[in-house]
Amino acid sequence: MIHLVSPKTLRSLGIVGMNQRNISFIGKNNQRKNYRLVDDKLLTKQIAIDKGGIPVPELYGVVSYLFEIESFLKKIRHRQSFVIKPVQGSGGKGILVVTGRDGDKYIKSSGARIDDSDIRHHITNTLAGLYSLGGRTDKAMVEGLIDFDPALKAYSYEGVPDIRVIVFQGVPLMAMMRCATHKSDGKANLHQGAVGVGLDIATGKSVCAVQNGVVVTEHPDTGAVLTTLQVPDWDKILELAASCNAMTGLGYIGADVVLDRQFGPMLLELNARPGLAIQVANQAGLRHRMVIAQAIVASTDDPAERISLAKQRFGALVAAATTTSFG
Amino acid sequence: MVASRTQIGIIAGGLILFGLGLTLYKSISLGLPLLPEKYQDVWTVESKISFYPTDGPAEVSLSLPENDNGWVILNENFASSGFGFTVATTEDSRAALWTKQTVSDFTTVYYKTQVYDQDAVRTPQNLSEELADLPRLSDTQRKAFDLFVKQLREKSTSDTGFVVLLLQEFASGNNQDVEFILSDLHESRVNAIRYLLTFAGIPSHLLRGIQLEDGRRRQVLSTLLEAFIDGHWVALNPADASVGMPGNFYLWKRGDDAVLTVLGGEKSSLEFALVKNSVPIRTVVSMEQRSEEFALLDFSIYALPVEQQGIFKGLLLIPVAALVVVFMRVVVGLSTSGTFMPILIALALIQTTLLVGLAIFLVVVGAGLWIRSYLSHMNLLLVSRVASVVIVVILLMAAIAIVSYKLGIDQALTVTFFPTIILAWTIERMSILWEEEGGHEVFIQGGGSLLVAVLAYLVMSNRFIEHLTFNFPELLLTLLGVILLLGKYTGYRLSELYRFREMKKLA
Repeated sequence: MIHLVSPKTLRSLGIVGMNQRNISFIGKNNQRKNYRLVDDKLLTKQIAIDKGGIPVPELYGVVSYLFEIESFLKKIRHRQSFVIKPVQGSGGKGILVVTGRDGDKYIKSSGARIDDSDIRHHITNTLAGLYSLGGRTDKAMVEGLIDFDPALKAYSYEGVPDIRVIVFQGVPLMAMMRCATHKSDGKANLHQGAVGVGLDIATGKSVCAVQNGVVVTEHPDTGAVLTTLQVPDWDKILELAASCNAMTGLGYIGADVVLDRQFGPMLLELNARPGLAIQVANQAGLRHRMVIAQAIVASTDDPAERISLAKQRFGALVAAATTTSFG
Repeated sequence: MVASRTQIGIIAGGLILFGLGLTLYKSISLGLPLLPEKYQDVWTVESKISFYPTDGPAEVSLSLPENDNGWVILNENFASSGFGFTVATTEDSRAALWTKQTVSDFTTVYYKTQVYDQDAVRTPQNLSEELADLPRLSDTQRKAFDLFVKQLREKSTSDTGFVVLLLQEFASGNNQDVEFILSDLHESRVNAIRYLLTFAGIPSHLLRGIQLEDGRRRQVLSTLLEAFIDGHWVALNPADASVGMPGNFYLWKRGDDAVLTVLGGEKSSLEFALVKNSVPIRTVVSMEQRSEEFALLDFSIYALPVEQQGIFKGLLLIPVAALVVVFMRVVVGLSTSGTFMPILIALALIQTTLLVGLAIFLVVVGAGLWIRSYLSHMNLLLVSRVASVVIVVILLMAAIAIVSYKLGIDQALTVTFFPTIILAWTIERMSILWEEEGGHEVFIQGGGSLLVAVLAYLVMSNRFIEHLTFNFPELLLTLLGVILLLGKYTGYRLSELYRFREMKKLA
């Protein structure tokens, strides 16, 4: 028996569906011409450094043409770890993570060993646009691997956990931590089976966690209890994410932040079409928060003020009070 | 946003109302039936006569179809730029006559007619029962004829039996006597059979007509025989040795006279384009009668040449399929691989029929995926890889066609209707999806695409829908309006009621 939820319930919870997201959230707040700033990860990196002064993972190099692959392979021979990404990739596709070396071989996050020819193949595919939006020819970028905060180590299996914050005009609406699982193949993508942990906007503590749309309480592979999770450096993360709207000119985006052991929060990438699973992870709808956020935006221009108002309004205690009033 | 919503609402509402209004007007005031009570297959037969002129005036004479051939002519059109034109009517036949003093170039004249089968008994009247003249036969020929006829007479008890045996010997293609007679006579099979019939004392004449096939472009006249056997005239088909008038045979000319004569021209040819429309006769008749009264009707699809009519018949169904895709994606929330790929599959299914088409699709994509998984080890550039997949797909299609033909499964020959490039891209996408997200996702997206394709096929092959889109093309505006509205639909998708099922606990 399939359990469904009635549209009425969803509406009363303020859950946003795909159609509404596309028309009312993305279509209305994000101008097409600004998309390339987030779709092209090199541009994102550039403006993050230039305009926002935001820390990003170190760029080791870019491969734009096939003939550059050989010299590139020589260049990374001395690197212990790195990540190869398509510059215009989407949905976590085509990301190759090398965590260590074994002689001539490279060790993937899963522990599998690969060699030069596998990397060559991967870059060839990337350049041909296999992983990219609309199949356009693309470039491959190589970044330093995040040495992520040990506080989060237990929450992710073979991958870097990242924190997705959805921000509207400098107001953080909702946040979740995405933890890679064995099933998601080390990728922090909910669609592929990663665990999403909803986070309290006020404190960075976990609210709820889901995997494949079903509520879970512990990490399926590491067994870490998710209910007590507390993301460190929470205020910094919010501040970083909230500054991305002004930086890109996009009103409604998802900022993916990682916590580096040394440098603290870093911007990994931005997404102009953030997914909706974050609502299940938070057990809350985006629409009600959007209405409040619009009021906050109207009330003040000060970035810090917007964040603090958001923390007040969207904090777990307030949310709990609203929920009971619904019941 | 409110403004844009209202704007779209007004435009969409206007389009929907205009489309429906025009449809209702045509249906109520002009009497075109919305829900046709009886469908009849109306064939539009377009005859195309072309020739290269020689010196002097040109005169083209085309015998027109027999009046009592069991078909009713709805209307006739003659197209002939710059020719003088008359229809010469004699007691028992009609002929179209095109004449011109000088013709300088390769020239084509047209005769178009719409006919439907009356199911009336086709009784030939006052046909001459005289034996046709035999050509002068050599002694060996005469002996061979004599021997062959005697042989068959011995095996049969009646004229009917004799004729059936004769046809079978000719159709089988491995009778020594037949081969000898044919090689000695230097005549066509039909003529050879006629001579033998005459030799055996059975009167016969030619039947020329068109084997009707929907969508055929360059059909030519086929020749049958009619023989007077045991007191009746019976049609004989030399090609497959069948007796009796074949189904969907449009009799053009009974008797031995030429169908087409061209004076002052050479290399003349007569070809036919055929389109079948399942329409209520009432619709066509009322359209024809009123098209001069109402300009609206004169500007209908029926005013177009046959070939274009056939194309539009298919084109007008595509918007309906598009609506199905939009609905399934926006309201139901089914994910498909490629937005409009399902429509292309549905179009192919119309040609192949549902089950055969699905089987072919699954076999081609399955085998393609298997081969593609090998290609992915070879580290090829994307474009060459897709090109390789295109070639593999074509090879697979050829293999399916040949193997099934050898096995006698003719339906699988329709494999050619599948769009090759689309199949190749489908295989490529599915294969990537498999590597990236696993077989599960391939199953979901592939299944979604097929489901949408099947739904689109079911809608497109529905006779009621076909009738509406073809006779009331203004309904496309209504469809456009509905699709515009769906483009502004912000409600939940059906699939989201499952996706957000965990939220139920909160409520």
